[in-house]
Amino acid sequence: MGIGFSILIGVLFGVGFYLALSRHLLRFVFGLLLMGQGANLFVFMSGGLSRGLSPIIEGSSQRGVPETLSQALILTAIVIGFAMTAFFVVLARQCFLHFNSDDVADLGRFDP
Amino acid sequence: MTSLPVFVLLTPLVFAAVLFCGHSWGRERVLAINALGASAVFGLALFQWIQVWTGRTIVSTLASWPLPYGIALVADLFSASMVLVSTLVGFCVALSLRHNQEFDPGRFGYAIAFQTLLTGVCGVFLSGDLFNMYVWFEVMVVSSFVLFVYEAGKAQLAGAMKYAVPNYLASLLFLSAAGLLYGTLGTLNLADLANRIHEALSGTPNHQVAIRSAFVFLIFAFCLKAGAFPLSFWLPASYPVVSVPTLALFAGLLTKVGLYALVRTSTLLFPDVWPFSRTLLLIVAGLSMVTGILGAISQFEIRRILSYHIISQIGYMILGFALGTKAALMAAVFYVIHHILVKTNLFLIGGLICQVGGTFDLKKTGGLARHYPFLAAIFFIPAFSLAGFPLLSGFFAKFSLLKAGFDEGAYVLMGIALGVSFLTLISMLKIWIEAFWKPVPLKSNAPPFRALSWGQLLPLLIMAGSTLALGLWPQLLFGPAERIADEIRGRNVYVEAVLGEAR
Repeated sequence: MGIGFSILIGVLFGVGFYLALSRHLLRFVFGLLLMGQGANLFVFMSGGLSRGLSPIIEGSSQRGVPETLSQALILTAIVIGFAMTAFFVVLARQCFLHFNSDDVADLGRFDP
Repeated sequence: MTSLPVFVLLTPLVFAAVLFCGHSWGRERVLAINALGASAVFGLALFQWIQVWTGRTIVSTLASWPLPYGIALVADLFSASMVLVSTLVGFCVALSLRHNQEFDPGRFGYAIAFQTLLTGVCGVFLSGDLFNMYVWFEVMVVSSFVLFVYEAGKAQLAGAMKYAVPNYLASLLFLSAAGLLYGTLGTLNLADLANRIHEALSGTPNHQVAIRSAFVFLIFAFCLKAGAFPLSFWLPASYPVVSVPTLALFAGLLTKVGLYALVRTSTLLFPDVWPFSRTLLLIVAGLSMVTGILGAISQFEIRRILSYHIISQIGYMILGFALGTKAALMAAVFYVIHHILVKTNLFLIGGLICQVGGTFDLKKTGGLARHYPFLAAIFFIPAFSLAGFPLLSGFFAKFSLLKAGFDEGAYVLMGIALGVSFLTLISMLKIWIEAFWKPVPLKSNAPPFRALSWGQLLPLLIMAGSTLALGLWPQLLFGPAERIADEIRGRNVYVEAVLGEAR
């Protein structure tokens, strides 16, 4: 299962990176967000994966408990990622409205 | 006393919550509450600093979870000093908002983001936990995004994209590094990490690879946020479009927060991971100084000149921290504190130059010394302090840094530092001559003369006064700087302060 998750993280980063290299504004933003998901999953993996273990409740300690802290970390990271998502999507929309173009190069070329 | 850092963080958050209720409040009221919040957090920071200076490191454990399992807020002298000077700068910028004419900071939203930005900045300084530090970084970064695009036009939106994307990627790397370290060492508390990294480095190769990767991730992320050379591309592309009070706040605080995190993590966690990293940082420092200053002298727009200067000044600070001797660390600490005051002040003055001269472009302005001699005098202090004039704070910062460097035998870097210092003087003289001495150009679109009010000058005076005081009595800062240098070098002090108190 660990291998599968590692591959998934790699795919998320790879696809995200590929999309982020695109000049299309929305693809660019999606690329960034996919990379964010990759990083979140990476943190989740850091606690190690466990199968069939129950959370911390009374009487569950015979077989050990799953790592809870990395789950708490990823929860925080997801919430932060949510704020970032909201900001980037709105920023992309505003850029599209102001520049009337979805080409990232138009933003780069703009020099006041 | 041990919960003092918590109150430092809570105060701006509470003010942000209060401002959140003020949908329909008028401009004056919102800005007054904003300034009140900034002054309250400054007062607390001052109290905290005095406590740390006269006593010892304050460690507060949140919700009384025993360390290293709980989250710690740690105020040692380094972080307390950074919090103190940052909140002072925040207070000055909050005062200057009232007279801002570029945009209306009294509308809903601006003051909230202002307060949360202060929270984030103080949070990074006070955090004693790597993941917690990441969260405060994000609080700061998201608030800065909001301030960046406040009443944005085309230029701000394009700039925001260039600013937000690299910062977001750096945050991802920071998060991944925290994950790697947690996965390898099973802790996120900085002091506990410092203990365990040493053992793990002599452990299995897997662990070594993970720790080194985390180190590289962290250096990359923090160098980007600090605006050190190869990763500084976003800074001159985005900063010059921000409106002035916001820009002054960014320039004073954001890059220095990245620098603080770089110094804190690399000295505390990775002092012996790689001798290579010190050399790397020295090269980064040299290149930052040179590229920054070359950018600055080629520009004729005040905000652009000053933005490029940030890069070159960051180079000086990294140089001091990377040299790593006690004298060099003292110089670097002195440099950071002096720089925060001077840089914020220069940007605020730049805003006034634009207001009275009608433009940021030096070619289209001039003759300001005749009508605004007082503004010229206030500009003189931070500008020539930045260049390193004797009897101003920058002189002692540069002098002590150069002395430390020559003692270490880093002649090439010191030669670069001297040359860059000379070019800094040239570019400051350029602003001085073009804006203040040169006769008014024919095609000037300066508004009719209006005397500057004391309210506009007060924040500038506070910061210029601090610069002057540090120049006349440098021992005021060298005393604390010496203790900070000792704290950074003797990392056991930090570890014992945090973990010793828990037992």
